Amino acid sequence: MAKIFIYPATSLILSDLVARYGHTPLSSATAIRERIQTAGIESVPLQITPEEPKKGLKWAAVEVPSGVRGRMALYGPMIEACDAAIVISEADLAFGCMGCARTNELIKYLVREKKVPRLDLNYPKSEEEGVRFVAAIKRFLAEQGGGK
Amino acid sequence: MTSPVRIAQLSCGPEYSGVQQEINEAAKSVNGEIFFPDIALKDIIKNFEEFGLEVRSPDLKLAIARAKALVEGRVDADAIFIATCFRCAEAAIVRNELRRYIRNNSRLPVVSYSFTERTTAGTLLTRMEALTTIARRRALLAREAQQGLTLGVDSGSSTTKAVVMKDNRIIGTGWQPTTEVLGSARDVVAHALAEAGVKRDEIEAVGTTGYGRFLVGRDISADLIQEELTVNSKGAVYLADRQHGPATVIDIGGMDNKAISVQDGIPGSFTMGGICAGASGRFLEMTAKRLGVDITELGPLAMKGSGNRVPMNSYCIVFGTQSLVNALAAGSTREDVAAAACHSVAEQVFEQQLQEVDIKEPVIMVGGTSLIEGLVHAMGELLQVKVVVPRHSQYIGAVGSALLASGFVKEG
Repeated sequence: MAKIFIYPATSLILSDLVARYGHTPLSSATAIRERIQTAGIESVPLQITPEEPKKGLKWAAVEVPSGVRGRMALYGPMIEACDAAIVISEADLAFGCMGCARTNELIKYLVREKKVPRLDLNYPKSEEEGVRFVAAIKRFLAEQGGGK
Repeated sequence: MTSPVRIAQLSCGPEYSGVQQEINEAAKSVNGEIFFPDIALKDIIKNFEEFGLEVRSPDLKLAIARAKALVEGRVDADAIFIATCFRCAEAAIVRNELRRYIRNNSRLPVVSYSFTERTTAGTLLTRMEALTTIARRRALLAREAQQGLTLGVDSGSSTTKAVVMKDNRIIGTGWQPTTEVLGSARDVVAHALAEAGVKRDEIEAVGTTGYGRFLVGRDISADLIQEELTVNSKGAVYLADRQHGPATVIDIGGMDNKAISVQDGIPGSFTMGGICAGASGRFLEMTAKRLGVDITELGPLAMKGSGNRVPMNSYCIVFGTQSLVNALAAGSTREDVAAAACHSVAEQVFEQQLQEVDIKEPVIMVGGTSLIEGLVHAMGELLQVKVVVPRHSQYIGAVGSALLASGFVKEG
């Protein structure tokens, strides 16, 4: 079974789809859970500690906005760990809002650079497109060794 | 205890920059309460589309939708704090447009701030204090004339000032560089009292402002301890006799600069800070020292020169000084260097801060640097307006404090 990075990483729907096919979704929920469940972090329910933007320097230099670096501290390790990725572009806010457009540009670039199997899809605009959308994801997940 | 001022936060990223707690803490220390306006998903999309600014970031779309909900009264708030990442171009555009939109369409006081991961509660304190003051003390800020016998003290980063006022007139002043905060404050108060010919126990109310306001306020049992944004804007329109209508107040200080958009004596939006000391009064002090003149002579010297002949426009005091030394070594005249230094400071304040407030005439310059004629001239040229420098402008914080403190004079 593969570790699959999902974009938007905040999408619970996408995360659920990946998990249903026996894979491990790499999503925001996982990264944030690690932080808020780690003993010693004082800032619960904040999703991040003041240290994260410094860790984010690994992915984005100091002249990049601090919020990009803080977000990258969450998403960077997941991209590094992934075996495959599903990237949904033009997603609806309800499907999984990724707050910062600049971070999103960097995430998509890093996923592309990683050269792992990747499924690029646009968010469906009609029911017909929706059916094709889910079928494409199902096919991709099966190709990664997943099955229901 | 009074109920907290509800401050709506419009932002993109403070939690991911690790500074959300600092924002919450700064608000809490001035009895403010940060909250995020709650709106439905369908409203986010609708509001964002209606606003018409097509940004990519979903968090900025949310901020826009929340701003509309606040302006349209669908969410209640006493004040608004806009915060986005420093260096983000998209966020800078949204920050500016939201501030303008709120300013034009509501009476809610608003302040915007671009943070880095190093932003601390202390940095935000003065801004939060100003926000809560405007929300809570409109009646006090509406005071137009000083009454009784009051004392105002401004404990600034570079200088400490005091004034004694009686029946709407300044009758005593004191000024000296800030060294030991309490010692400097006691000295200037003693001087102002002596000049006014009154004793401390005759004073009916006392106000303090500036960086040392809490320490000095406790020491001299002040009735009013107030940050300098509201105090200076009130003091500026009072001294310039422009208490009604719009005004813009510029205070280039020793450590930070303030640009405040004022309406009927009440600050609406303001920026505070500065990129580096290259855009502050401190740089002009350094320039005067290097040119071998007293700071009071720098302005007249600059008026005799032309800044165009010397390249100097660094945000950094070290690199600015380097340009100054290079220019002198290359044979530039002291007059031209003085003019270039004034122009450099004015230009940086113009580029970095005045773009964030709506410039409306009269433009009133206050604080010690307003006495530097070359700086005022350079600012007037950049803004293409005649800048007003009222009499006693260097005592602005102390005058504002004495004026506002008279709200605490007991009527007998």
